[in-house]
Amino acid sequence: MEPTISFFSGFAPKDLLFLGEAALRTMWISILSISIGTVLGVVFGWVLYEGKWAAALTVAPILDVFRSVPLIIQLVLFYNFAPIIGLNLDPFASGVVILTIYTASLVASVARGGIEAVDAPMRRAARSLGMSYWQDLRYVVLPIGGRAVFPAWVGVALGVMKDSALVSVLGYVELLKASQILITRTQEPFLILSIAGAFYFALSYPISRYAASLERKWAQ
Amino acid sequence: MIEIHDLHKYFGSLHVLKGIDLNVKKGEVLSVIGASGSGKSTLLYCINGLEPVQQGKVVVDGTDVHAKGTDINKLRQQLGMVFQQWNSFPHLTALENVALAPKIVKGKSKSEAREIAAQQLKHVGLGDKLDVYPSALSGGQQQRLAIARALAMEPEYMLFDEATSALDPELVGEVLETMRMLAEEGMTMICVTHEMGFARDVSDRVAFFHQGVMEEIGPPEQIFGNPQSEHTQKFLANVR
Repeated sequence: MEPTISFFSGFAPKDLLFLGEAALRTMWISILSISIGTVLGVVFGWVLYEGKWAAALTVAPILDVFRSVPLIIQLVLFYNFAPIIGLNLDPFASGVVILTIYTASLVASVARGGIEAVDAPMRRAARSLGMSYWQDLRYVVLPIGGRAVFPAWVGVALGVMKDSALVSVLGYVELLKASQILITRTQEPFLILSIAGAFYFALSYPISRYAASLERKWAQ
Repeated sequence: MIEIHDLHKYFGSLHVLKGIDLNVKKGEVLSVIGASGSGKSTLLYCINGLEPVQQGKVVVDGTDVHAKGTDINKLRQQLGMVFQQWNSFPHLTALENVALAPKIVKGKSKSEAREIAAQQLKHVGLGDKLDVYPSALSGGQQQRLAIARALAMEPEYMLFDEATSALDPELVGEVLETMRMLAEEGMTMICVTHEMGFARDVSDRVAFFHQGVMEEIGPPEQIFGNPQSEHTQKFLANVR
């Protein structure tokens, strides 16, 4: 009897490599979005802090939209409608753009909180030493406020890293998408999702440990 | 020399300083006394441009503080200021607190700035605390740190805004001692203070402020021994 063509095959060691590569893609898209998004978010946070009513009418509502609409909807909308305005972005680039804006919108509130954490007398003292507005921001507000809101920022970063899984809906083969592909082939969802989960854990745990050790150091 | 001409300051509709005329010469120690809300702290903030003024002017060594073209950051290097709250930078050691401004504002090299800082910390009696973070210092030590931080900019004038008011009573002495030392070294100082003993012993002149007006100014013997204004008499009777 002819052997039947098998559509399914068990989990093989090379699949682990496949998942590992996908984890690297998750890491890459996260690092890009979180770092660019953080820089933008700090700028937006400063605008929110300094801009008063002008910012309340312009930047704030836009950030509110990105903060409030589910990421998956933002991704699908952007990926499908960007070509209409002439932007032909692949799933990776689309994912980076949306994750970056999403990160920026979350970091903006964190950054504003950080600036507010440095009270007026402290800043007056810095200015009284002859520091310019920007020197005060760079050497006093950034380190003091930054430390105050660092735990909140770590929360945002880890959240965005996990939310990057949603870029899979655009067809980008990051960790979650890779898992789905393997589940379809092996029919072993429990095993594969456990491995994927372990990869996510391996990506975030060192970050939270490192963050915790930094906080301990600063607390001294 | 600090020259103040017909200085008026409003917070909204509140008239806080009502036409102050005052000159402070090099080497002079002036104490400013008066009830809370009499405008004495605001005067200091106007002198180094931390608060804008609505009328009149402040001239420091020939430079109009509030004029448009004035480089206020440069001018402030001449005007060291110590506040009621010591405002140490919590993320920096004592040495780094003092070395920061000389380095970034004056452009001193790192080693030069640290040398100046170590010298000023020794000056105020914190020579053994160079590498300690402010959180491990007492209020009195932090206030002396703030004095060293201001001195490290090598200012011509020092402005003290109730430098001992936020301190526990047992820590007031060490800070007053440091201020006394500066006065003896010939530093020009304007001290807004509630410490009448300090004002009497250390000052060349004492000014009494009442509701935004400088009611009386003169040598301490006059202000404390033979006050001319009724408000001064009342105030001194209450604080004694």
